[in-house]
Amino acid sequence: MSEGIYLDNNATTMVSPEVVQAMLPYFTEQFGNPSSIHQFGNKVGLAIKAARKQVQKLLGAEHDSEIVFTSCGTESDSTAILSALKAQPERKEIITTVVEHPAILTLCENLEKDGYTVHYLKVDGKGRLDLDEYAKLLTDNVAIVSAMWANNESGTYFPVVEMAAMANAAGIMFHTDAVQAVGKIPMSLKDTKIDMLSVSGHKLHAPKGIGVLYLRRGTRFRPLLRGGHQERGRRAGTENAASIVALGKAAEMALEHMEHENICVRAMRDRLKEGLLAAIPNCFVTGDPDNCLPNTLNIAFEYIEGEAILLMLNKQGIAASSGSACTSGSLEPSHVMRAMGIPYTAAHGTIRFSLSRYNNMPEIEKVIVAVPPIIAQLRKLSPYWDAANNVPVEEPEKAFAPAYA
Amino acid sequence: MWDYSEKVQDHFFNPRNAGAAAGANAVGDVGSLSCGDALRLTLKVNPETEVIEAAGFQTFGCGSAVASSSALTEMIKGMTVDQALKISNQDIADYLDGLPPEKMHCSVMGREALQAAVANFRGVEWKDDHEEGALICKCFAVDAVLIEETIRANNLSSVQEVTFYTKAGGGCSACFEGIENILNKVLAERAETEAAAPPPPPEPVKPAKAPLTNLQRMRRIEHTLEAIRPQLQADRGDIELVEVDFDKKIAFVNLSGACSGCQMAAATLGGVQQRVMEDLGEFIRVLPATEMGKF
Repeated sequence: MSEGIYLDNNATTMVSPEVVQAMLPYFTEQFGNPSSIHQFGNKVGLAIKAARKQVQKLLGAEHDSEIVFTSCGTESDSTAILSALKAQPERKEIITTVVEHPAILTLCENLEKDGYTVHYLKVDGKGRLDLDEYAKLLTDNVAIVSAMWANNESGTYFPVVEMAAMANAAGIMFHTDAVQAVGKIPMSLKDTKIDMLSVSGHKLHAPKGIGVLYLRRGTRFRPLLRGGHQERGRRAGTENAASIVALGKAAEMALEHMEHENICVRAMRDRLKEGLLAAIPNCFVTGDPDNCLPNTLNIAFEYIEGEAILLMLNKQGIAASSGSACTSGSLEPSHVMRAMGIPYTAAHGTIRFSLSRYNNMPEIEKVIVAVPPIIAQLRKLSPYWDAANNVPVEEPEKAFAPAYA
Repeated sequence: MWDYSEKVQDHFFNPRNAGAAAGANAVGDVGSLSCGDALRLTLKVNPETEVIEAAGFQTFGCGSAVASSSALTEMIKGMTVDQALKISNQDIADYLDGLPPEKMHCSVMGREALQAAVANFRGVEWKDDHEEGALICKCFAVDAVLIEETIRANNLSSVQEVTFYTKAGGGCSACFEGIENILNKVLAERAETEAAAPPPPPEPVKPAKAPLTNLQRMRRIEHTLEAIRPQLQADRGDIELVEVDFDKKIAFVNLSGACSGCQMAAATLGGVQQRVMEDLGEFIRVLPATEMGKF
């Protein structure tokens, strides 16, 4: 849908044309195995080395050897947590948060079955953590803390730099799933106590199927995949050379556009927010708008359901995503929205607009015009809405109290 | 994006009978809290003839919930209340040329709203009797609550048995881990209650059983099929015993209704065969009667 308006960049991003150009030779003339001694392999090896430097620079890591290429963000997350458990068998507890991505939560639930204790930090109505509660949990039994840098649905930041320092002071490893934050906000990992950090290439205009685990020098580590000597034995398996080169290029470009992201993309996001809130009654921004990613806007439209909104948006070529139950195929609305205590009549109507540097202001203006009639049309169908007066019915929860299964 | 049929899309983008029906004298409100879908169905029923003269819906829900509601109102207009009550959720799904398995509950909601509205018209109280759980088997839309209840009710102990009883896991088999998790949970509870109970007295040594006569076997097979029929009938199918060939150890049956021509007929027969074998205590094949001439 090249004609469409793509506002779902937290799901995945377009691969930048420059990135495609950079990776193409590694499918054709540069096909060698970087481990080989001959000229075919050597050049690929050098290209991977360059890409490692580019990623190091984006993350502000002290050494390029701290960059371990993986297949995706999920692999990086699993590697980090399982490594911490294996390296410290006497420690049987994990601290994480209720709003993590399934890459962390599902793994943790599974680890509970294996006898580990997982502490899930709760969030308040704006998606913020209670650091006093966190401090109390930092004991010698904890193997690792894993908290996301920015939430994928609301964009809200956790104070990971501060949390990492607290964990470090208590002698506990700290990991952060930063797949939404990397490339959107500046970071300097060498000035933090973060031990491990996950990156996903396709969130920053590199292709799918490539990720990074940042591994601070000196952090005790046990590989997930053992085999060859690739990535210094920390992630065996022949390198995905073309995608590694692509991620390097994407990292370089993200750094170049960091100011644009935080000024222009933020301005578009803010305009979208103001435009929609002004035009539509009974809607509100979820998360902590003063402390969130520059590209993310999550709005709850009350009394209607998200999938229906997305279908209508899609008909007009506008792509976004929703925290409603029905878009995921599960029966539960977004665990992030529920954790923030958003009532279900609103949680099901949450729509996430996530922008990138490839959007422009005219697109945003079109969306501001397109959304209000869709919301109005769906509310006409809603049993919670008084279509005649265009307001919610009086005491909506009482006026419509269906028999629930 | 969901693979919605064109009919679903049509009923979503152009819903029929949206809003409350004018002059309505029956209303049914139902919903699913976990899923967040909710539906209000309003009917105008002629008190003399009990014909539904008008129907309207208001839905808080996704594309298929709106489409199911819209389809339902179209289907029942002009029917008598009794005719309308015969509509199953599968009928609603069929009317829409099918729904994705994750969305079948939307059609269930439609049928329940109808029952609730009719109850309201007749002045009786309607109670929803089913509970919905997380979807485990996506091939056949079987949820966790149904699997757990079936395991408990029939004392099941293997994934294969769960598949025979509920169809869950009978397709792509990707949900085996999910089924095993439910099984393990129930089995653990069962072990606890058994551990708490005093040890059962040693079983008396049974005298060696005399082999069954062919007549006894046939009756047992019939008895087993009778026990299975309600399950098939719930899916609008049926089964009957046609012939038993004891030399070749084959029971021939007729599958009828929705079972005939169903892509899952082979799996259904596999499940039936397992039950028959368990009850009979010996090996026997269960084949469709159409195969009779081939042996």
